[in-house]
Amino acid sequence: MMNESTDTQGLTPVEIDELVNVVKKIHGFDFSGYSKASLKRRITRIMQLKKLEFYDLKHLLINDAAFFQHFLEEVTVNVTEMFRDPLFYKALNAQVLPYLSTFQHVKIWSAGCSSGEEAYSLAILLREAGLHKKSFIYGTDINTEVLKEAKKGIYSLRKIKSYAENYQYSGLPGTITDHFTILYDAATVQAELKQNTLFSVHNLISDNVFNEFQMISCRNVFIYFESHLQEKILDLFYKSLCPLGFLCLGSKEAIRSDAFKRRFKTVNSKENIYQKIGA
Amino acid sequence: MELNNDIKNRWHNSKVLLLAGSAGSFKLLFHAVKNFPADLNKTVIIIIHRKKNFFSEIEKLFAENSRMYLREISDKDKIDSNTIYIAPANYHTLLENEKQFSLDVSEAVWYSKPSIDVTFESAADVFKDKCTAVLLSGANQDGAEGLLKLRNNGSLTIVQDPADAEMKDMPAAAININAADYVLSSNQIFQLLQV
Repeated sequence: MMNESTDTQGLTPVEIDELVNVVKKIHGFDFSGYSKASLKRRITRIMQLKKLEFYDLKHLLINDAAFFQHFLEEVTVNVTEMFRDPLFYKALNAQVLPYLSTFQHVKIWSAGCSSGEEAYSLAILLREAGLHKKSFIYGTDINTEVLKEAKKGIYSLRKIKSYAENYQYSGLPGTITDHFTILYDAATVQAELKQNTLFSVHNLISDNVFNEFQMISCRNVFIYFESHLQEKILDLFYKSLCPLGFLCLGSKEAIRSDAFKRRFKTVNSKENIYQKIGA
Repeated sequence: MELNNDIKNRWHNSKVLLLAGSAGSFKLLFHAVKNFPADLNKTVIIIIHRKKNFFSEIEKLFAENSRMYLREISDKDKIDSNTIYIAPANYHTLLENEKQFSLDVSEAVWYSKPSIDVTFESAADVFKDKCTAVLLSGANQDGAEGLLKLRNNGSLTIVQDPADAEMKDMPAAAININAADYVLSSNQIFQLLQV
């Protein structure tokens, strides 16, 4: 990578543990169950961007609250797309929405929603299926800055246009720009779509059940967690779902734990869509 | 050119083979996949640049023609010997440790996701001298920095001779920063890998 130092060591596991401990003790965010390879990459990236040595970074994390907010934003990956993995949305449309349409109200949780792209993609999908009026989407993230973006629902037109191909492959009619109000280079999610959404802070690692949902979508979040943490959050999701509610993980994030395999039926093994079974 | 004993021994002692390429590398990768013996006793990890919504049949085509077990990597997959792993499109592939993959959706590197640099750098941390890495034809400079890190960590690093590559940029970028232990033609690479 650009400017990556090519020394043989870089951040050591001990140093990473030290930083994780500081963040946990001082700021209350627990990164100890995070995948180490990705965490190392993210922290190394911050050190390069800010030209910090290990001890500078540690010092800032202890003494500078504003820096910590920035650290949180950088260390958690906020790269997302609208209609990422279009075949997932196609599968939802075919296999999940017909079922959801039988509920009087449909509550959906987009967990780890970042700047809102997935939540709004789901809102668009529901609108096209005629379910939007009776549905409500909760987007949560640990990161307050990205949630501000999500609440605004304003994206650059260039960015929205880059999702045109995703939208097309998802099999929805029309084009993605149909769902935005466009003014110069700003594409704003249409008011009707924003109406039934709510974005708020929730930490999957430390916070609890806050509502009962017919569907939870948590995609490309588990990849950053070690297996034991994934299981802990699967338990939170299980408790947050209504009977026969749906859980959607990323296309490369299967449920691996035997205990949870018994509690979730596989609806689509390629897109990792599951349905809660049992009590 | 005869392959010397250093390269033969280091390849022989490698537990992991990283094969990476971009434009102009598909045929070479296919040839290798097709000809690996079922009992190679190594783990093969293939990183090939491709478009995110290109629902290609690469895995299927590779799997149908491979004697080794072949799969596209899913998050937290166990790393087994005698298996070929393909890095999935629109994710970076990382090595959690010698036994486990993890995936990442962060920013593209050199406009690429999967990025060869990302996997190479992660593999350099984990596998060190137990690894052979081969960088093939490609039209950008992804892979060069990662290959240098592998080399600095004791991996055997091989770059396809730009004169022999369909696209010279990627191998040339790696050679320019001195990331290659050896620069070989595709035929010499096949000869070493015995494919």
